[in-house]
Amino acid sequence: MQMQLDVNGRKIAVDAPPDMPLLWVLRDQLGMTGTKFGCGMAQCGACTIHLDGQPVRACQTPVETAVGAKIATIEGITDKIATAIRASWVKLDVPQCGYCQSGQIMSAVALLRENPKPSDEDIDAAMQGNLCRCATYQRIRAAIHDAAKSLA
Amino acid sequence: MTFMDKFFAKRSAATFRPSRRQFLAGTAAVGAGLTIGFPASGQAPAAAVPNPFAGYVRIGTDNVVTVMSAHMDMGQGVYNGIATLVAEELGADWSTIRVDGASGNLALYGNAAWGGTAQGTGGSTAMSSSWERYRRAGAIARTMLVSAAAKAWNVPASEIAVSKGTLFHAASGRGATFGAFADAAAKEPVPQNVALKSPAEWTLIGKQGQRRYDSAPKTNGTHDFTIDLRFPGMLIATVEHPPVFGGKVASVDATAAKAVPGVVDVVTIPTGVAVLARDTWAAIKGREALQIVWDETSAEKRGTAELRAEYLAALDVPGTHVADTTGDAQAALGRAVKTIEATYEFPYLAHAALEPLNAVVRRQGDIIEVYGGHQIPDLYQALAARAAGTTPDKISMRIMKTGGGFGRRAVGDGDVVIEAVEIAKAIGFRAPVKLQWTRETDMAGGRYRPMYMHKVKIGIDAQGRLAGWHHRIVGQSILSGTPFAGMIQNGIDVTSVEGVAHTVYAIPDRRVELTSTQVGVPVLWWRSVGHTHTAYAMETAIDEVAAATGKDPVALRRELLAGKPKHLGVLELVARQAKWNEKPAEGIYRGVAVHESFGTTVGMVAEIRMTSATEFKVERVVAAVDCGVAINPDQVRAQIEGAVGFGLGSVLRERLTLEGGKVVETNYDQYRPLRIDEMPKVEVHIVASNAPPTGIGEPGVPLIGPAVANAYAAATGKRIRALPFETGVTQGV
Ligand code: FES
Ligand code: FES
Repeated sequence: MQMQLDVNGRKIAVDAPPDMPLLWVLRDQLGMTGTKFGCGMAQCGACTIHLDGQPVRACQTPVETAVGAKIATIEGITDKIATAIRASWVKLDVPQCGYCQSGQIMSAVALLRENPKPSDEDIDAAMQGNLCRCATYQRIRAAIHDAAKSLA
Repeated sequence: MTFMDKFFAKRSAATFRPSRRQFLAGTAAVGAGLTIGFPASGQAPAAAVPNPFAGYVRIGTDNVVTVMSAHMDMGQGVYNGIATLVAEELGADWSTIRVDGASGNLALYGNAAWGGTAQGTGGSTAMSSSWERYRRAGAIARTMLVSAAAKAWNVPASEIAVSKGTLFHAASGRGATFGAFADAAAKEPVPQNVALKSPAEWTLIGKQGQRRYDSAPKTNGTHDFTIDLRFPGMLIATVEHPPVFGGKVASVDATAAKAVPGVVDVVTIPTGVAVLARDTWAAIKGREALQIVWDETSAEKRGTAELRAEYLAALDVPGTHVADTTGDAQAALGRAVKTIEATYEFPYLAHAALEPLNAVVRRQGDIIEVYGGHQIPDLYQALAARAAGTTPDKISMRIMKTGGGFGRRAVGDGDVVIEAVEIAKAIGFRAPVKLQWTRETDMAGGRYRPMYMHKVKIGIDAQGRLAGWHHRIVGQSILSGTPFAGMIQNGIDVTSVEGVAHTVYAIPDRRVELTSTQVGVPVLWWRSVGHTHTAYAMETAIDEVAAATGKDPVALRRELLAGKPKHLGVLELVARQAKWNEKPAEGIYRGVAVHESFGTTVGMVAEIRMTSATEFKVERVVAAVDCGVAINPDQVRAQIEGAVGFGLGSVLRERLTLEGGKVVETNYDQYRPLRIDEMPKVEVHIVASNAPPTGIGEPGVPLIGPAVANAYAAATGKRIRALPFETGVTQGV
């Protein structure tokens, strides 16, 4: 099926089965490999992207449902919040293997947009869909607080 | 001799004699610049062995310093650690540092901690293996750059200063970046003796503010994992394995699979059936459409419930082997006025790294490139050559960084890597192939931390002293049937008993027995290997002894560790930092554990708060660690923090169950690692040391389970002896 997607502000024509998860359209067809595959069933959050600003799991988003929506991926988010999050992630050396971190950052950016000064509990609630097998959670919490502070 | 035996026999006998021609070929292959290598100190005198050039550090004319790492990075930060060693001695500019995985030269990359007999990453040895070798590489490279500059400028080498990637001659005011002299330096004679900096001169090693060189690409999606590799015309493969271990393909009907749009081919390989498609989704859909009849005649059909019953029975009879017999445990138990008897149960555990296993194979001319998380690259190269029907020199190993590993990428038969070669071969290498296991393939793919059971009988005499310790362990051998089987000594697989046998605790009369079971479930090392279960049994049992004798758990350990300064140092540090001597805050219960693994001693105090009669939250963990010199202190902290989260998840609810031989938990909905809401605050204290570095990737993992179980016992009086806790709490005694 021919579709037009809006990815990171660019209009892109794709040809894919309508039920193909957006994850594989991004990764295999568009070569945007920053969004990761971890489980394929909305359990790990490695594939988190933004659909009209909301964090969603790309592995559970059939591509046809993304038509007409604004899709943002780790490659494309460069606003003030995302920049602050990245800076805090680097400052505190959050990543270990790094595999989960695209998804972590997409969730963290969405959190700070909604809640500029989250508590530990707010962070835990917003981030608990994002698995980190290296368990970098303590630094994720610290980096979100650090980014919130830098934006205040 | 099996293939494996031959491989390793050849390895251990191998000597490296590079010729001048090889060296030149090596430098030519990497473009203009300097390539340098040498044996670990004390390995070979300069006169007897030609300089083993090639392969540790490359300086480009663009000033980029690329370190070639003998060890693979799965997130534990060894690339960063090795880069720190080189940059320290080289005087490099940290912002120009890059690291690549290297392989194919045992003399350069053989793991020094394993006597150099094989290249590999494991046993938390990367930094101890690299400590001399890579600092020396940096120092030699610096010396050669300086001599090249001295010649060009016609000044004494001793007057040239090196700092942050630049060479200076103050008197003449001349200066240049490394890149300007990279070519000339490569032609300088290799100094046979270089002095390494003293700790007082270090500017990178041991420094608190030092940051990882590779964090930024992990925040913008550009860090490259195997899953991200893309080549023109590449096909994506998924694979369907037999539903039970030891099953085989009887017949395949691929009609429906081939009808899925995007599916290009279906091939049968020794380990199952692979679907090749233009994209991952088609490969997944195609696999769902496969009709396979399996031959399960020689498959393992027992479930974990059956195995549990068999293991319990095995615990009631003497072990087939004795791993440690010191004093006379039987006689001592006869003197006991009190005994503690406990049976411990540990489930199979999956590594469940977030990047599901994968590998990429493509043919370029007459060379077959194999990309993946090659933890034992030379072995995989030999196995790949055998699978492809060619010789190892025709296989080019490309070492990728991986999204976790935890031991899963070091497999004696090279599983996913060799499977990818088989698939590519089955289509005549006509297209590059990326084999991507799905989460389900990964979870059901075997290689688990084995299921183990322990039975312990501990005597206490009238004076409250230990009177006999009898310990029996039942479970599968990790080493048996692998290329590492040579490490099995007198029938004892050390990885089954490490941490219990030859304990550091002063237990004069002890006996440790082992029965290795024969089960068709493939098993493997899982971050901290045997210590995952032995530390749990030992450290909770010691806690029971403390309770039974009315002693404080720290005081008892202090007594039993007398004469062990490293352990005592860690114990005292963790007790002090956790304020063990003071009453904990209202509602907080504490547990302590101390354990050594991979040369590193770790102590932990866990603080928990009960949220119901049986439920609790781990609020804070205080850790102390002595790992010799902390090359990157913040990364030592990161590894302990991660180990706490990784280990805590495993004891709370990770378990791999088999029913009729089939894996039950095939995704993260049922196999549940720790999530952020259960992550405690972790505080890490590092013992100051200039001793050579020991392990740090694994040693934190074994402690958190017993520390939390001991806190739970302090809160409830109940012992958790079966893992995970959600099982053990209901069986609590
Ligand atoms: S891959 Fe989408 S949530 Fe795991
Ligand atoms: S950093 Fe490895 S999974 Fe999160």
